[in-house]
Formats: sequence, C-alpha cells, structure tokens
Amino acid sequence: MSIVIPSRTEILASADVDRAIKRISHEIVERNNQLDQLVIVGMQTGGTWIAERLATGVKQIDPSSTVPLGAVDISMYRDDFSLRPIVLSAPTDIPVDLTEKTVVLVDDVLFTGRTVRAALEALNDHGRPRAVQLAVMVDRGHRELPIRPDYVGKNIPTHFSDEISVGPDGVFVTVVEKGQA
Amino acid sequence: MNHLLSTRDLSVDEIVQLLELADHMAEINSRAVPKVPALRGKTIASVFFEDSTRTRLSFETAAKRLSAEVMTFSASTSSVNKGESLRDTIETLTAMGVHAFVVRHKSSGVPKQVTQWTNAAVVNAGDGWHQHPTQAMLDAYTITRNFGDKESMAGRTIAIVGDIKHSRVARSNVDVFTRMGATVVLVAPDALLPSSIEGWNVTTASSIDEVVGHVDVLYMLRMQRERMDESLVISMKEYTDLYALTQDRAARLAPHALLMHPGPINRGVEMQVDPSEVPGSRILQQVANGISVRMAVLFSLLGGEISPAITLGGDA
Repeated sequence: MSIVIPSRTEILASADVDRAIKRISHEIVERNNQLDQLVIVGMQTGGTWIAERLATGVKQIDPSSTVPLGAVDISMYRDDFSLRPIVLSAPTDIPVDLTEKTVVLVDDVLFTGRTVRAALEALNDHGRPRAVQLAVMVDRGHRELPIRPDYVGKNIPTHFSDEISVGPDGVFVTVVEKGQA
Repeated sequence: MNHLLSTRDLSVDEIVQLLELADHMAEINSRAVPKVPALRGKTIASVFFEDSTRTRLSFETAAKRLSAEVMTFSASTSSVNKGESLRDTIETLTAMGVHAFVVRHKSSGVPKQVTQWTNAAVVNAGDGWHQHPTQAMLDAYTITRNFGDKESMAGRTIAIVGDIKHSRVARSNVDVFTRMGATVVLVAPDALLPSSIEGWNVTTASSIDEVVGHVDVLYMLRMQRERMDESLVISMKEYTDLYALTQDRAARLAPHALLMHPGPINRGVEMQVDPSEVPGSRILQQVANGISVRMAVLFSLLGGEISPAITLGGDA
C-alpha cells in the first residue's frame, strides 16, 4: 500500500530572489547594448511580477532607458488543453509592435518548455521580433522541446512530480514521495 | 459546460467567467491578425433551419478565428428538401466528425432535442420564441463593459421595448439582466406581452415615453412581422405612436444611456431615427462583441476545462 508524504523545502529565500532579479537585470543590460530596442514581456500569470521587477531593475541601471513592459497570455496557444485546465488570467497586453525588437520573455519556472513554445507562437502574432531571449527564475529540467533559457535565477534539479512554487517571498519545492507503508 | 441551450443553464458566476474569457477574445480580435490556434482540429457545424445574417456569420467568424473548421448547412439547399428528417441530418453530420453543432430552428426545444442524437456539443443559436443565449451574453458583455462593472448590473435600469411576446431575445435577456442585478422594464402593448410574465422579475410600462428619460439602457426589439398572427397586432400606426424610437424620444435619453438593438433593424417601424445619429448607440458594438462572446462560448465547450483560480508558479 503506497502512502504520500509531501514535504516543502525552501530553496531560495526572499532576499535570494531579490539578488537573482538584480543579477539578471545586469545581465540583460550587459547583453543588449541597444536598450531602446528591448521589450520585456512577462508570461501570464507567473512571469508578470518578475517581468515588472526586471523592468524596474533595468531602469535603475540605466535611468535614461525606457523599456516597454508587456504581458502575454498563452491560453489560446497551448497544445495540451485536454491534459490541464486553462487558468484564466489577464488578457495579453503588448504595448508595441514587436517587429525588429529584442524581446526578453519572462516566466517563473522553466519545465517541459511547452508554455514557452506557446508563448513564442503568441509573440509572433504581435510582430516578428529580431530575437527572443528567455529569462526564468527557476530551471527545473525535464525539457520536452529544444528550448533553453538565456537568464536563470537558479537551476534546481527536480523529480518530474515535484511541485515548485515561485513568489517574491521565495522559491519552494514540494516533494511528493511515494513510499511503502 | 457540455451544451449551451438556455441562459438558465448558467449561474451568474459562470456568466461572469464567460464574459471575462470574452475579454481575452476581444484582445485577439483587436490584433492585425485576429486568429489563434486554440481549436485547431475541431469541426463546428452551423445548422440553420431559419434565416439569419449576423448570428450565423458571427458564429462562423468566431469559429474561424479560433482555427476550427466550419461546416455550413442551410435547410433551404439541403436534403431536407428531399424529405430527410432532422434526426437523420444530425446523425449524418455527426458521422462526418462534428465536435459542435450551432443550431437555429423556428421551433422551441429543437437544440435540446439535437443533444439526444449526437455526442457533439450543441449551442442554441435561437429556437422559436424560447431562447437565444449567446445574444443575451453579448448584450450583457456590451452593457457591463460600457458601464465598467464587469460582474454586476446592480443599480441599472434597462427598458426592453417592443414585441416581447414573440422574442426569444427578450426571454434570454430578461433572465440574464435580472439575475445580474438590473431592474428590467418591459415596454409593450398587452397584445405583445407574453400571456404570463409571472416569475419574471420585471415591471411593465405601456409607452416608451414613460421610460425613455430615465433608463440606463434602451433596448429596442425588432417588430417580428414573420412571427405575428395578424389578429394580435394593434394597428401599425398605433404601435409606432407609442413604441417607436423617434428623433424626439432619442433626444430625451440620458447622456450616459445606451441604445441597443439585436438587429435586424426595421427602419421606419421601431426605429424612426437613424441609430448612427444617436450618440449612445451601441448597435454595431453589439455585433463586434458578438464575435468575442461566441469565441468564448465555443472555446468553453471545446477547449477543455477552464479554471478561474489564479495560481502562482509551478507551471511548465
């Protein structure tokens, strides 16, 4: 008879999350010398708060820059409707035509890569970006598509069934162990 | 949600959620390329046994913008003319691989009947005098988005004017508007009111002049001459004297008041003013909103389970 023992572990504290966001902001500025061509787009819903903080971070590093901030909802682009419920979030809000822009796409957790694939398709309906870079707070592995991040807060090896929660208050892993009673 | 047959199938929470989903669809419709792959591989059959311009084209446009395949059936050019029954027609189309039927019929209850002959989802696009649920949804969407309260119509007064008796639009709208908290006034001659409005949470008025100055929404219905038994009708002159929207009456609408009409408009009958000259007219906005709302309905039926909960993190 199998039992389930969930245990929740803090991987990053709130201060670690702050530091990771500051570091990624610096990396974004370092890699993109034309900040006026940059657009930061958060993925609804988990990526939007990180995108906002990255935009603030970039502005602090270069106060003369004005980097537009957007949000993309990928509900209509998913390939797994039948597998998981759609989470109603805020609608897509892309304030500028993305054609010839460099987009920093932001999400909280990179896992199978399927939501990123859907987001890339969604972005294309708002213009043809010159390049898309991917920023995530956590890369937990288990990719099912050829997608890799450009900026990572923390690499966390996980079991496929683990649950990860990311917020301003920290990063937590909940391990669901199946054992024998 | 397996089918959408009547507004009564939906709770107020479900209506509010559907309208929120329509906001997402409206954003898609505002794009240069208004199309998403959400319903790729799904086939939607529009099966109309009664004439329609906007409802049919609106559903078909909604389906195409979600990348579904559209199958179009018109009774007038089909084997119905060779005597094929409704049931055989539905079973035949089902065998071709239809995921959803959008059904309009002159008899009440036909869409419900259709659910017994197919496993596909069924959407009522108007059945007799009974129901027209997507019209009520798009009207609720238009009203709530214009007044800025997305979840309620509390404190709003809506007058529905004209041929209530023969109107499925009126039945669906009264149900949705009152449950969302609006005060609804029916404005019609006795002959054009349903024989019983018991259980309807409405009041009545006997001329448009009684209400036009203090409503938030003036909802004009079409005079349905094709459904009318001539003996019911008061003279057309008497009707237009008391119930038509004239230029003078339109001028008495409050500045914030909306003028709505489900279409098609009978110019010179219930509408004696050019609606494009009424600042509060939202009649064309209703048409545009109809596409967003029908996309939301089709996506809810065919796009998998929808969860209203907002979760942080843990997503793929």
